[in-house]
Amino acid sequence: MYEHMIELGKSIQLIDPKNKIDSNLIKGCQSKLWLFAELKNGKMIYSADSEAIITKGIAAVLLRAFSNQTPLDVLNADLTYIDEIGLKEHLSPTRANGLVSMIKQMKYYALAYSNK
Amino acid sequence: MVFDINKIREDFPILKRKVNGNNFIYFDNAATSQKPNLVIDSIVDYYRNYNSNIHRGVHTVSQEATDAYEGARIKIQNHFNVKNSYEIILTSGTTHSINLVANGFLDILNEKDEIIISGLEHHSNIVPWQMMAKKNGAKIKVIPINENGELDMKVFNSILNKNTKLVFVNHVSNALGTVNPIKKIIQKAHKVNAAVLIDGAQASAHFKTDLQELDVDFYTTSAHKLCGPTGIGMLFGKEKWLKKMPPYQGGGEMISDVTFEKTTYAELPHKFEAGTPNVSGAIAFGFALDYLNKLGFDNIEEYESSLLKYATNKLKNISGLKIYGEAKQKTSVISFNVNGIHAYDIGTLLDKFGIAVRTGQHCAQPIMDHFGISGTVRVSLTFYNTKEEIDKLYNSLKQAISMLR
Repeated sequence: MYEHMIELGKSIQLIDPKNKIDSNLIKGCQSKLWLFAELKNGKMIYSADSEAIITKGIAAVLLRAFSNQTPLDVLNADLTYIDEIGLKEHLSPTRANGLVSMIKQMKYYALAYSNK
Repeated sequence: MVFDINKIREDFPILKRKVNGNNFIYFDNAATSQKPNLVIDSIVDYYRNYNSNIHRGVHTVSQEATDAYEGARIKIQNHFNVKNSYEIILTSGTTHSINLVANGFLDILNEKDEIIISGLEHHSNIVPWQMMAKKNGAKIKVIPINENGELDMKVFNSILNKNTKLVFVNHVSNALGTVNPIKKIIQKAHKVNAAVLIDGAQASAHFKTDLQELDVDFYTTSAHKLCGPTGIGMLFGKEKWLKKMPPYQGGGEMISDVTFEKTTYAELPHKFEAGTPNVSGAIAFGFALDYLNKLGFDNIEEYESSLLKYATNKLKNISGLKIYGEAKQKTSVISFNVNGIHAYDIGTLLDKFGIAVRTGQHCAQPIMDHFGISGTVRVSLTFYNTKEEIDKLYNSLKQAISMLR
C-alpha cells in the first residue's frame, strides 16, 4: 500500500512554486500540504505538493480522480470511491482528516469556479 | 537485584501484541508509558471491591476508599521526600498542575514583575504563563538553548534580576531528553527571592528526585508517564506558596463553610482539590510508584543509560541521520531527522514494521524553531525496551529510507 503511495508521491505533478504559499496550505495535516486549483477550458486543474512523500502520494490519488473534470462533476463526485480503494481504512484518523480536508478544499475550489 | 528484562516484560501484557503482523515495539514512552499488571489490577480491584466516594462518607466502604486515596498521597510524599503530605496536591496531571499555579499567581504578580521561561519547555509550561501575563502584565523572558539542546546558563544569569519572581524549567526536555541543571537554577533564583517551578513530567519515570534536598518551590508530574494511568498527577508546592495562592476550582470538598453571603475554604491540600477526585487513578499512581521502586531506580537508570548508548551508536551509523540535542546529560530519548526525508514519512513506515515512534513538534515549537526544522522523529526508550528492539528499529529504518529516497 505504502509502496504505491511513495511511487505516486515521487511522480506527482508539482505545484508552481509561486502557489506554494501559506494561504494554499491544507489544515489538518502533520506535514505541509499545498493545494492549488485553476479552471482551464472549463475543466478543473489541481496541483499539489507536500513535504512528506506519502502525503504527496495520497494527494496524487486525489488529483488523478478529480483533476480534468468540470466543476460540477467535482462537486457531485461520489466519495465512496475512497473507501472502495481502501484509502480511508489504511489511513489513521489523523491522516484521514487531512484527506477529508483536502477533498473539501477541492470542492470549495470547484464551487468557486462553477460560477464562472 | 538482578535486572531480568524478560521477567519485567512479562509484567506488561500489551508488549505481547502484534501490530501490522509484526511484534509491537513501543518506542513512544515519552508520550505515555505502558502499564504493568499491578497497576491495571489495582484499578479493577478498586471498582470491583471498594469503590465509594471519599472523605465525607460515614460508611465502611467509603472509609476504605478514603484510606486508599490518602494512602496514595502518602506514597507520593515519601517517594519525593516531601516534608508534609498536605504539600502534595493531587491533580489531573502536569498541565492541570501548572494552570493551577498560574491561576494562583494571577493576582500576586503585576507589570513590575518578570518571569523566566526556558526555551526547552513543553507548551504546557509556556501557554498558561502567557495567559497569566496577558492579564497581569508580568514580563516574560526566555532562556535560550545552544546547539547541543542545553540551556544557555550565561544568558540565564544575565536575565535573572531582583524583579524576577518566577522561573520555569523542565527537569527533562520531552523533545530532546536534555536533563537540566535545576539545582543550580533553583539556588540562583532563590538568591533574588524568585520561586521556581520545575516540570518533572519526563523526569519521574527515569529517576527519583528528593524535593526537600532540591529546595524547589513547585514540582509537577503526571502518573501516566511513569506506568500509572492517565488523568492523575501531582503538584508539590511549598506550604508558604500554597497558602498564598487562591483556589483554582470552586466546588465541593474544597470548602469549609458555605452560605450565600460568604464561603470559607478548606485547609491544604483539599483547598485545591475540588469535586470528586480520580480515586482509582490516585490509588494506581501509588502502585506505579511501588512497582518502580521495587525494580529500583538505580537499576532503571543504569539499564536505560546502556540502551541509550547502544541506540545512539547504531543510529549514528545511518548516513544522513542527524540527532538533535546531544546534551552531556540526557535521558533515553533520541530525536532525529534523516536528510531529505520528512519525519512523517519515516514514522508512517516504521509503524508498518510495528514500531511506534512519535513524529512532529512534540508540543515544543520553540525548540523546533530554534533548530529551523518542522519536526523530528522521536524514539523514547524505557526499562522494558530491549537491544533486540533497537536492532529491529535500525533495520526497519534503513529499509524505510531506501524506499523513500
